[in-house]
Amino acid sequence: MSSNVLLTIKGLHFSYGRRAIADGIDIEVERGKITTIMGPSGTGKTTLLRMIGGQVAPHRGDIVFDGESIPALGKAQLLETRKSMGLLFQASALFTGLSVYDNVAFPIREHTKLSERMVRHLVLSKLEAVGLRGAAELMPAELSGGMARRVALARAVALDPRLMMYDEPFVGQDPITMGVITRLIKLLNDSLGLTSIIVSHDVHEVMAISDYVYLISAGKVIASGTPQQLQQSDSPWAQQFLRAEPDGPVSFQYPALDYKKDLFGLAKS
Amino acid sequence: MFEPIRLIGEAALRALARLGQATLFIVQVIAGIPPLLRRFSLVITQLYEVGVLSIAIIAVSALAVGMVLGLQMFYTLRDFGSEQILGQVVALSLVRELGPVLTGLLFAGRAGSALTAEIGLMKATEQLSSMEMMAVDPIKRVVAPRFLAGILSMPLLAAMFSAVGIIGGYLVGVGMLGVDSGAFWSLMQANVDFYDDILNGMIKSLVFGIIITWIAVFEGYDAKPTAEGVSRATMRTVVHSAFAVLAFDFILTALMFGGS
Repeated sequence: MSSNVLLTIKGLHFSYGRRAIADGIDIEVERGKITTIMGPSGTGKTTLLRMIGGQVAPHRGDIVFDGESIPALGKAQLLETRKSMGLLFQASALFTGLSVYDNVAFPIREHTKLSERMVRHLVLSKLEAVGLRGAAELMPAELSGGMARRVALARAVALDPRLMMYDEPFVGQDPITMGVITRLIKLLNDSLGLTSIIVSHDVHEVMAISDYVYLISAGKVIASGTPQQLQQSDSPWAQQFLRAEPDGPVSFQYPALDYKKDLFGLAKS
Repeated sequence: MFEPIRLIGEAALRALARLGQATLFIVQVIAGIPPLLRRFSLVITQLYEVGVLSIAIIAVSALAVGMVLGLQMFYTLRDFGSEQILGQVVALSLVRELGPVLTGLLFAGRAGSALTAEIGLMKATEQLSSMEMMAVDPIKRVVAPRFLAGILSMPLLAAMFSAVGIIGGYLVGVGMLGVDSGAFWSLMQANVDFYDDILNGMIKSLVFGIIITWIAVFEGYDAKPTAEGVSRATMRTVVHSAFAVLAFDFILTALMFGGS
């Protein structure tokens, strides 16, 4: 396709044992856009991000980031490529032994030879962007979950990556923090000229800021399109997911024996 | 009937596979050591954590061991009228055996367990994973400085153990029990050889340092990223290190002092 595509995933296959995480997934991520991958929990969305980052190798298929095939890269090249990627972990993953300031400074100090004065400028500007310049001297243990995620966000964009990935950025956050993070993702994407991938199942937040959405279930892309297109999609699965209905094509029950048989079977033994 | 044999075989294969994994891992760690020379501050931080913070337990234990050793040896030697050689006996026991071995056991409990728990928890909380995503190799950045610091600390701590232990023996032997101070030191000086005794003891402690730190960093890095996983890994570090120290002590003693 056009050179406007930063990341292409082609025919991706991956499984944990017999559970298929990706069963022929095709995804394209356009530069400068916010692309969201949505699906029920446990469908392997996090694994998908790890494959993009080269931490997990796909069993088949290709992931092309800016012209380079990620699974084909050697260790040194992979490290080099990762400098232009940022990943916000679901658990924030701040270094607990370092202060907020040193956490954000970590990637800058590791990869550049900038003077401490310059490092300070960069760190403070990133912290200012997430509204936590005043928390620079705190330790991660002193932060609330929402603050920790914002610090992790500042750290992930410290080296101005081209691609920013968010792994369930809204999970476990209060409504105000959710709003703050939603706004931040959009703001950072537009002001820093990033390309963003969000993995999430928070329909409301994500639909508001996404340019393009992929719905994934059982390792396959079930539906894709702009948020407006998806809202009008006639796929029953997409409708169940987007409207948060408890039953539909996705059953409420985990596959099990017949309830009656199970109860009486247990009584007999 | 064949079941027990099969189980033994299976356990042996699993142990071998794990040893192979640990070896591949340590090769990567060793490859990460030369770049550290340019960023030695990372090692210095760990020397403090692993080495300096272990000094208290080493010194207190050494003093106690030295004092008990002085006391026990004095009563035995007195029966043969040779309590004057107390200094030599205490020094040789400490420098050759007790110094390296007890330091190794204490080091495994104090520093080894801390290393495993720290690295294991960093893994469980995805700190290592996030480091990888920031294009920083955690083996080079986290594991290699800790490994090097462990290796450098052990011989120094063992030397400290022996020195403090000898002072303990002196306090009891000369201070309390009336052994002649001159005899205590001069017989020690005359009969403790630098190469045969002190250097061999240092080599022992260096070997123990490598083994304990290797086990500790591998167990941490390989821990299951859960609470039980980290707890099991920490337990394994202490248990395996203790066995390894005792086993290698026997082998090294046989090699070093067997001929004389």
